[in-house]
Amino acid sequence: MTDSGIDPVLAAAAKAKGKRPWFFKDPDVERVLNITMALAMELAVTRQRLDVLERLLDQRGVLARQDIEQFTPEADAEQERQQWNRDYIARVLRILIQSAEGESAEAAGVDQAMEAVMDELTRM
Amino acid sequence: MSQLPPSWQHVGRHELFPEAGHDDTARFDFLANLNGLLAGQLAPKVRTAYEQEVKPAFEKREGRVPATRHEVRKAMATNTAYQNWSALRRSSMEMRQQTGRRLVLGQLDALIDKAERRNAEPGLVLDPNIEQPRYAAAVDIHCMPGGYHGELTDHDVSAGANYDSGIFATTGGMLGRYNDGGGQAIARWLARDYPDFKPKRILDIGCTIGHNIVPLAQHFPDAEVIAVDTAAPVLRYGHARARAMGVENIVFRQANGESLDYPNAHFDLITTSMFWHETSAKALPRIMNEIHRLLAPGGLTVHLEQPQYHEGMDPFEQFMRDWDAYNNNEPFWSVMHSYDLGEMMRAAGFSDAEYFETGIRAWVDAAIFPEAGSGEEDYGRSAQWTAFGAWKEAT
Repeated sequence: MTDSGIDPVLAAAAKAKGKRPWFFKDPDVERVLNITMALAMELAVTRQRLDVLERLLDQRGVLARQDIEQFTPEADAEQERQQWNRDYIARVLRILIQSAEGESAEAAGVDQAMEAVMDELTRM
Repeated sequence: MSQLPPSWQHVGRHELFPEAGHDDTARFDFLANLNGLLAGQLAPKVRTAYEQEVKPAFEKREGRVPATRHEVRKAMATNTAYQNWSALRRSSMEMRQQTGRRLVLGQLDALIDKAERRNAEPGLVLDPNIEQPRYAAAVDIHCMPGGYHGELTDHDVSAGANYDSGIFATTGGMLGRYNDGGGQAIARWLARDYPDFKPKRILDIGCTIGHNIVPLAQHFPDAEVIAVDTAAPVLRYGHARARAMGVENIVFRQANGESLDYPNAHFDLITTSMFWHETSAKALPRIMNEIHRLLAPGGLTVHLEQPQYHEGMDPFEQFMRDWDAYNNNEPFWSVMHSYDLGEMMRAAGFSDAEYFETGIRAWVDAAIFPEAGSGEEDYGRSAQWTAFGAWKEAT
């Protein structure tokens, strides 16, 4: 909060007056695109910050940037790093994994509509 | 390979400029590169989609090609390439606003303090009785929340500081470090072609933060310069900015260009920069009449604008240039750019003999920045403009 009582976070995110045009058939898709672009920007910010770190460490002789390019993990580290990748991808693509799981569960009769379960439990 | 935009680290800083950290620079750099991709790679794909899909389909259906930019716009609305380009472009504009506002609002108290100290020096004349014209208040121009005039608190300068901080990224540095390539271009044009022209009094209408009038005030240090705008936040910031840059011969005044209280023939030079497309069909002739009344015989009026939609300009080209009108809150852009500028000035009293119209490019420091106007056409942000105006006949 500023002395003037403004919340810079929310005030910065204010909408401009004027009806917003939506370009995709489904505005929900465009909302997701906007969130994705914001994440892309913040990822770029992080990547640039990392780049500053590498360059400063290099300049100050802590490591050479070439060390990063040529880094070859030992077997344990390799495992940990690949495990991290697998974990990360599952986090990012959770909704797709769950959608596929949901479709097969429904096909197998495992997943029922919640109303159907409610009815069933009311009768039992 | 297209030329990379300069990093925001080169933006011209002055005492009033918001203090920025690594991440602010990185955000603006991301946006400048995103805009570069949109203009350089995706806009040409929109043209290809029009030429190869949308135009042939229209022709098959109607037995003729689209005749106007409006027909092109309706036909393109459902095209995927256009939708992708547009959705990203709108998203980029909104991110730019949020980035600038977050930078500014987080230090608003400090910015107001700095501005107040500078504004204690003479040269800022605010008038709370000035009403915002409908053209400034109907929507927030180019998606700046609050427009030029919105005030979040007393003595607010945030609209000006946000405007100043973001133009460099939006234009990829094409307007120069201080976003003053328009004013610099006019000053250089006068120095080269009219070295004997020495205006005593200069008026700039719709000055916002004064970025284009400062170079003229510097070029004519003995001139008395008046810069008017209806919005107080940009005037507060603009006056403090000019003072911080060592410019002391500009009075920033809150006034409406449709009706000014200066006597006839008071000014020797009257300018606007990127102003007319942000006015309206009623305001524009009124302001033009004021210019004719206020200009001294032998005086010059000159205006910088985006290129007009001249007759014969490809309807697709017009449609692309029209994007900001419909999608970036520039509601008068489309109509204004179809006006006959000569006719507009004749209606205000200037003769055909007095009128001139020419192309002009922003002047920027070529040592640091890509040569203005040399890159891909970016439909509305390129620093390649129309300069038009008149030398009023000496009586």
